[in-house]
Amino acid sequence: MSVIVLTEHAQGSFKKKSLEAVQYGAKIAAMMGTSVTAVAAGNVSNDELQTLGAYGAQKVLHVADARLDNFSSRAFTKVVLAAAAQEGAKVIVCLHDTTGKAVAPRVAARLQAGMVAGAVGLPDLSSGFTVKKNVFSGKAFAFVNITSDVKVITLMPNSSAVVKGEGSASVEALSVSFDDQDFAVQVQQVSKATGSVPLSEAELVVSGGRGLKGPENWHILEDLATSLGAATACSRPVADSHWRPHNEHVGQTGGTIRPNLYIAAGISGAIQHLAGVNGSKTIVVINKDPEAPFFKAADYGVLGDVFEVLPRLTEAVKKFKANN
Amino acid sequence: MKILVCLCPVPDTTTKIAFGDNNTTFNSQGVTFIINPYDEWYSVVRALELKEAGTATAVHLITVGKADAEPVIRKALALGGDEAIRIDTDSNDPYVVAAQIAQYASAENYDLVLCGKESIDYNNGTVGGMLAELLDMNYLGFVSDIKVDGNNVTVLREIDGGDETDSCVLPLVISCQKGVAEARIPNMRGIMAARTKPLKVVAPAAISSVSNIVSFEMPPAKTGVRMIAADNMDELVSLLHNEAKVI
Repeated sequence: MSVIVLTEHAQGSFKKKSLEAVQYGAKIAAMMGTSVTAVAAGNVSNDELQTLGAYGAQKVLHVADARLDNFSSRAFTKVVLAAAAQEGAKVIVCLHDTTGKAVAPRVAARLQAGMVAGAVGLPDLSSGFTVKKNVFSGKAFAFVNITSDVKVITLMPNSSAVVKGEGSASVEALSVSFDDQDFAVQVQQVSKATGSVPLSEAELVVSGGRGLKGPENWHILEDLATSLGAATACSRPVADSHWRPHNEHVGQTGGTIRPNLYIAAGISGAIQHLAGVNGSKTIVVINKDPEAPFFKAADYGVLGDVFEVLPRLTEAVKKFKANN
Repeated sequence: MKILVCLCPVPDTTTKIAFGDNNTTFNSQGVTFIINPYDEWYSVVRALELKEAGTATAVHLITVGKADAEPVIRKALALGGDEAIRIDTDSNDPYVVAAQIAQYASAENYDLVLCGKESIDYNNGTVGGMLAELLDMNYLGFVSDIKVDGNNVTVLREIDGGDETDSCVLPLVISCQKGVAEARIPNMRGIMAARTKPLKVVAPAAISSVSNIVSFEMPPAKTGVRMIAADNMDELVSLLHNEAKVI
């Protein structure tokens, strides 16, 4: 019996959200009186694998096959299934991101296991195995009880703070037999925004709406994002008008995010937009319309013209950073 | 090439969410149901484009739901599609939904199965991946462009902080999001034609659920906004640091 966690890395360094997932798995393991085993695929150094011990992993199973540096849902599913079989896993944790959302359902279907997609808290074991998740795109939560023997969870990034502890994990090689079909997906080209913070795991997000009037004005928002070390996002009309790429669109039909700080500039706050961001811990709304519905969902509001307020806020942040 | 498109009826995006029976059920009274936007705007329309281009020979639409799901399927048929299938059962368990569809699809030899990246009600996004596993197909999720050339499919797929161009041979399951196609509105001819198109009602397979929703909860209401003067951004920064403790 154990808990296993599928980790993700970028060029051999574990992503922050994977450290969060390992810690989440360790907490579940502690509740169940068992241990957590992390699973890593592809090229990762032994030193890096051992660091997962500081987040609660006693053991790391490593499938070093270089073909796994490209993502394949079939191959990664086999990796998780092999690890789960070896460890007698009762709980399998993946991330609620493009990797986990492609692997976990396959694993769950193969094991006929119940699954909670997008968990935002630890399971409640007092009567079954009940996990809280977002539903209606963040407008509500549901408590889902998994009734199968094995449980599969995808964890929403930024659901809990990541705390580095002590310890080093033992690393074991895991061998998995693949077939050609597992690597039938050929990666032709990868394009990534370099240097920026990925939106899904960003703790600080600065977001713009139609109030910015056009893509040529986005630099004032980006200046603020840079001064804070924040990711940028946008509302649906902005993505629909191709002012910003679609992957920045947050809201009911875009991404759902839950950063510590969400600053909305020139976004009125339609119910569909709020659905994607109301899990944010603190919301700041900057708008010149006092009737903007977003003010009702905000913690802090600034009534004013974004073209004046944003540069002032950027200056204030720079001043704060210089003194702290 | 035979295409299966999975449809999910969901509450309209402007619905004010409410729960009944001591927060254990979704209150659907007065709620308008629509086709899940990711299914309708992207999966259905792209399948129809492929049929119009002569690439696809048949487009089937499938949903798992009771009779009250039929108006929503008829709307999809009005957009196009050759026939619709309704598996006559209702479940909030994504495994049950996927297994029911897989049961039907396995006898039909579909080359391409399309679904939306998630439904906007329970936000699971799991049916596509589960179907791929149950049908022993490859799966490409969160796709924003689909090109088909013979037996070969090339997609643009969302990854962390960017996207990736992947290619793979059929059969495939693909989950669609914005970019795959432009939303269409059914025309009068389509609406009339949809009335007489076949809508098969299939008895469900015996599949036990492995999860269930115990209860719902609304997020805590905000305690009220604190307004900051537009010329005092130092105060806002100070509050974010000292009070909210987020910077």
